[in-house]
Amino acid sequence: MLARRIIPCLDVRAGRVVKGVQFKNHEDVGDIIELALRYSQQGADELVFYDITASVDNRTVSPNWIQAVSRAIDIPFCVAGGINSVEAARARLSAGADKISINSPALQNPDLINQLSAAFGQQCIVIGIDSFTENGTYRVKSHTGDPEKTRETGRATLDWVQEVIQRGAGEIVLNCMNQDGVRKGYDLEQLNAVRMVCSVPLIASGGAGETQHFQDVFERANVDGALAASVFHKSIIAIPDLKADLKRAGVEIRL
Amino acid sequence: MSLVIVNTGVANISSVKFAFERLGITPIVTDTPEIIRSAARIILPGVGAAPLAMETINSKGLTPVLQSLTQPVMGICLGMQLLFETLEEGETTTKGLGLIPGTVERLDTQSLPTPHMGWNTLAITRKDPILSEINANDYAYFVHGFSVKIGSYTLSKTTYGSEFSAIVRHNNIYGCQFHPERSAKTGAKILENFLKVSI
Repeated sequence: MLARRIIPCLDVRAGRVVKGVQFKNHEDVGDIIELALRYSQQGADELVFYDITASVDNRTVSPNWIQAVSRAIDIPFCVAGGINSVEAARARLSAGADKISINSPALQNPDLINQLSAAFGQQCIVIGIDSFTENGTYRVKSHTGDPEKTRETGRATLDWVQEVIQRGAGEIVLNCMNQDGVRKGYDLEQLNAVRMVCSVPLIASGGAGETQHFQDVFERANVDGALAASVFHKSIIAIPDLKADLKRAGVEIRL
Repeated sequence: MSLVIVNTGVANISSVKFAFERLGITPIVTDTPEIIRSAARIILPGVGAAPLAMETINSKGLTPVLQSLTQPVMGICLGMQLLFETLEEGETTTKGLGLIPGTVERLDTQSLPTPHMGWNTLAITRKDPILSEINANDYAYFVHGFSVKIGSYTLSKTTYGSEFSAIVRHNNIYGCQFHPERSAKTGAKILENFLKVSI
């Protein structure tokens, strides 16, 4: 049976792992390689490295730390942040990243998804979507790394999900921004709505605060993976305990 | 031991190289026929689309080289699929290396999210030294949309919507549909076993 994935997300700024609340006020939480190794040894199923300033600063992720991560760990990892061309993607994949995740550049140039999928295959193209709930509808925002540069995209989340799949996305990470960093649980309603239209693997992001939230998102929103940051970085939840508890609750989990 | 990773220009070469380095082996990444022929072990990596990968192998003149090897060879993911006779991806049919009789087809995932991505369990169908210390229901990391059905070459199978070959062997040729280089301890053990097998 395919296991549900537990995915720590490491927000990277200036070569360090940081974490903010609702994408603001970042605090330093540690060294990239140290954290990557610790999480993989604790049983993380996959890691996501997100260069939170890359898109807003108009630069790209440094392949140097990507290679160091690839050398150190034996689980898959995805890199995100400012990848806006086939060549930028190639550099990251060649450095050892298993997948690349595109967010703002895909909104600016949706055809980039087709190009990346054709060049590297659907399986390594992840689309990150930052979605806000507003008056009962789900809307996509871009450039969320900096609150002052965050933009409305005029896109409805459910439409964008279907468009990126049709263009060749292999996986979707849905970041429900109203929930981000506040640890009140994943947005099950929104994730369910997206699950209904999402034929590729779906990863939930934003809101994990306790073990029950992970169980809920797997059992009630049927997502393939659950991404979280602060609960792991702040040792609120230990990955081995989380996975053992989920397994005991009947969730398919790799121990 | 000399281990060659065939440089097919695909993206996951570094991760495969690093996985062997973690086992204390320094692989040679090359597309030079003489170095490939003289290696004790050969890895054929691969991710992405089959037509482009075969085109690269053909344009580098490596097809006859890879078809004439007698030492242990392991194909990984797309590299495994290229070992078969025919690869059917949508409307395109690609001629593979033909080292294992069989066809690569789209995996029928039923109504499950596609592609098959994540950690799934191995069921052992045939004993082999490559599976030494690998237990039934050990997890391996898969990322693929195409697969090979169960056949006489199947050593281990996995189910996602339908059953498919996870590990295959035909004479000196091995293949893993999953990524051993990204499958934690289970993957490392399989790579270590590959270094030890004698044909």
